[in-house]
Amino acid sequence: MELTTVWFILIAVLWVGYFVLEGFDFGVGMLLPVIGREENERRVLINTIGPVWDGNEVWVLVAGGATFAAFPEWYATLFSGFYLPLLLILVALIVRGLAFEYRAKRDEAQWRARWDLAIVIGSAVPALLWGVAFANILRGVPIDADMEYAGGFFNLLNPYALLGGLTTLLLFLTHGAVFISLKTDGRVREHARELALKIGVAAAAVTVVFLGWTQIDTGTVGSAVAFAVAAVALVGGLLAVLAGREGWAFIGTFVAIGLGVAGLFLALFPDVMPTTLADGTGLTTANAAATDYTLKIMTVVAVIFTPVVLAYQAWTYWVFRRRISVDHIPAPLPTPTRR
Amino acid sequence: MDLDTLDIARWQFAITTVYHFLFVPITIGLSAIIAGYETAWVRTRNPRWLRLTKFFGKLFLINFAIGVVTGIVQEFQFGMNWSDYSRFVGDVFGAPLAIEGLLAFFLESTFLGLWIFGWDRLPAKLHAACIWLVHIGTLFSAYFILAANSFMQNPVGFIYNPDTGRAEMNDFAAVMFNKVQLVTFPHTVFAAYMTGAAFVVGVAFWQLRRARDDEDRGMYRSAVRSSAWIVLVAGLAVTVSGDFQGKVMTEVQPMKMAAAEALYDTEQPAPFSLFEVGSLDGKTEKFSIEVPKLLSFLATGTFDGEVVGINDLREQYLEEYGSDPGAEYYSEGDYTPYIPLTYWSFRLMMGLGLLGAAVAGWILWATRAGRTPGGKWLLRAAVALPLMPLFANSFGWIFTEMGRQPWAVFGLMTTARSVSPSVSPGEALTSLVVLTLLYGVLAVVEIKLLLAYAARGAEKIDDDDLPPERPDSDSDRPLAFAY
Ligand code: HDD
Ligand code: HEM
Ligand code: HEM
Repeated sequence: MELTTVWFILIAVLWVGYFVLEGFDFGVGMLLPVIGREENERRVLINTIGPVWDGNEVWVLVAGGATFAAFPEWYATLFSGFYLPLLLILVALIVRGLAFEYRAKRDEAQWRARWDLAIVIGSAVPALLWGVAFANILRGVPIDADMEYAGGFFNLLNPYALLGGLTTLLLFLTHGAVFISLKTDGRVREHARELALKIGVAAAAVTVVFLGWTQIDTGTVGSAVAFAVAAVALVGGLLAVLAGREGWAFIGTFVAIGLGVAGLFLALFPDVMPTTLADGTGLTTANAAATDYTLKIMTVVAVIFTPVVLAYQAWTYWVFRRRISVDHIPAPLPTPTRR
Repeated sequence: MDLDTLDIARWQFAITTVYHFLFVPITIGLSAIIAGYETAWVRTRNPRWLRLTKFFGKLFLINFAIGVVTGIVQEFQFGMNWSDYSRFVGDVFGAPLAIEGLLAFFLESTFLGLWIFGWDRLPAKLHAACIWLVHIGTLFSAYFILAANSFMQNPVGFIYNPDTGRAEMNDFAAVMFNKVQLVTFPHTVFAAYMTGAAFVVGVAFWQLRRARDDEDRGMYRSAVRSSAWIVLVAGLAVTVSGDFQGKVMTEVQPMKMAAAEALYDTEQPAPFSLFEVGSLDGKTEKFSIEVPKLLSFLATGTFDGEVVGINDLREQYLEEYGSDPGAEYYSEGDYTPYIPLTYWSFRLMMGLGLLGAAVAGWILWATRAGRTPGGKWLLRAAVALPLMPLFANSFGWIFTEMGRQPWAVFGLMTTARSVSPSVSPGEALTSLVVLTLLYGVLAVVEIKLLLAYAARGAEKIDDDDLPPERPDSDSDRPLAFAY
């Protein structure tokens, strides 16, 4: 296999990892005020993802860095082209990350309410916009002969892309609700299960339409298989919720999101960013790639260190495998005052 | 080429990066010190060390959070604002960046999560190992990102491919062990240790003066004195490594050395200017204090070496590089950085750093043999101490990066040619304004929190609240450090 193909696959794997992991973080964040009616319940929710959200976020940082190294032209065109949506995502990730760390640092209702808002918006915006961005990549955007993005901001807001955004939003909400039901106990768990089912049905409907549309437009045999299994996994996951089997339900949404994203990459290959302009230059794994030498070095590094990272991240999930309930939440720290 | 976008992108890069680097040195330095405290706790089971671990641990987390979220902007900013740069160097520059993510960021974030939430879940030794791994992660991170930056200072390990118009890597080891990198990494890391330790001294000295009982006094005293020693030793190491850097810099970027000194005419031997009033365009000098021959030593290692001046270098560069339109963007044009800024930032870096070391020495002297000194000025100096190396760091970077101008990659690509052609000034301005406002608000929030938590002091810990040496991971105790 050519190294450019290997790196296309590795970058796909990084995005799959990002969406299946940070996907439930986003879901938990968006559901914070819905499921967490009382302060202690909201803290339970935040603490289910507390130990892992930052590690999950690093998947996207590495995806960005790996794109820079392996396909510099792709990195340059994509990030300078999707400028404003990316800025929104950055702002969202900034306020959201700080909110987790800071919201319990003062025992004041207004302080917490503001950070709660930051968590909800900071989770919803990327959940929506990543879908919009990926749909646009698949559909193709105006890229001129110099590989520069030649469209504007509103070019990115077409029906197909918005449907893509809605799909990721609903899928992450479902994934998050299932994760909460798996990691908590008591009223929170019950409520999460109910919601998982309700949102999950809507998510399944929208997902099928979006994946079907994608398959018709740009699909391949590979993507068809991935999409089909993803759909089955999603439905299976929802049935597991119904049966009260939370572990299986989580596997279901996990596989659905993972294979859904994998299918998108299969539908894209060997393009990485096709153009809609007749005289434009679309980006492909061939013309966007770094040199063979760089790819070789990067392959060696990735082959050695990716398993190590996977091992210790998996271990973290094992250490924090226990369900959390309001009994585990310590009394709030009093707001520090000067003595 | 749209000059507006360029100016805005430069302001944004300078603001976001300097801001990111306010938190970075504290993260690097403080994680090592906390790891030291926790190791002392595991070894001695003396609660003093546990209290210090938790106290500075909370301050560390408040700082770390901003370091992380501002880092995300850095990772994407190259593609957003500097797409031509990214196309040109991605082959070389992207690799260390990607490796940094894989080796460093995963390590830092995963093990910090384990450390925060693992107090009652992990055995004591393993828990201490987690914070050590976080620290090692910060060092990896520094190494790879500085290797990327060193390529910009002194491009090596690549060939220019005229067909693709890109720099292509052909020697990874040369990039990783660039001679600029080999002096920059120790300088930056020692500066970070200095900063982290100064932070501890400032907070702990303030608390020492407010301490009510002997137990607290003993605890804060050991924190003050051990960290003041670190400030001193790291300060010495920064000076020595800076001296090495000066020589490497003179070799690879002589213009930067001349700009650091506002040295217009070649001199042999060259004096080191401590302070200068007058016009820095080199035409008039009203007043100045100089140390004879010191610059010659800093630049060449001998007291009567020749240091080439700006005017000669400008001629030389014009001949070598022609008149690159990118270079003309700079007001001084002609391959000369903006001299007042390089001159003063170089002095402020050294001056603030040395002042910090002096304050640490003063504190060590004043607290010798069990003394708790009462002077008002000492307290003021101690509380201001963290700011000295902190701002020395900022000025060091401002010097390094501004001194390289007009180049983004020295001798290869000017900053003016690096900017994204497809980004409109309106878009760039939106991003500059949004990020600057957001960062401003976050600075206020974070400083208030830090001060409030620093003022609270280390909590007392009852004997039965001490974390067990061997907890089982099925423990049902409430989370000690929950969000
Ligand atoms: C000498 C050290 C150093 C330098 C020059 C930089 N950083 Fe940094 N960065 C760190 C040292 C560091 C760190 C110590 O590793 C941080 C600080 C706080 C933290 O969480 O890790 C970090 C965090 C951090 C993060 C968040 C990681 C996470 O989520 O855990 C990113 C994405 C970056 N940085 C990226 C950059 C980029 C692209 C830079 C270049 C412009 C840069 N940093 C300069
Ligand atoms: C190691 C990683 C770094 C890389 C890859 C990097 C890269 C760059 C680039 C591409 C530029 C040119 C763009 C411009 O002129 O603005 C630049 C300039 C600059 N950088 Fe860095 N930099 C790094 C670290 C830092 C750090 C840590 C700081 C400060 C804390 C810093 C401060 C600056 C400043 C002040 C400028 C000048 C901005 C201007 O020209 O207006 N850099 N750097
Ligand atoms: C008297 C002692 C010092 C000397 C001789 C010195 C020398 C230097 C030199 C020559 C550079 C530029 C390197 C280049 O562009 O190639 C530099 C950069 C820098 N300095 Fe210093 N320095 C001193 C003290 C300090 C102190 C006290 C701090 C902070 C606590 C500091 C922090 C930095 C930083 C962060 C940079 C930018 C990164 C780098 O290029 O290493 N320096 N220093």
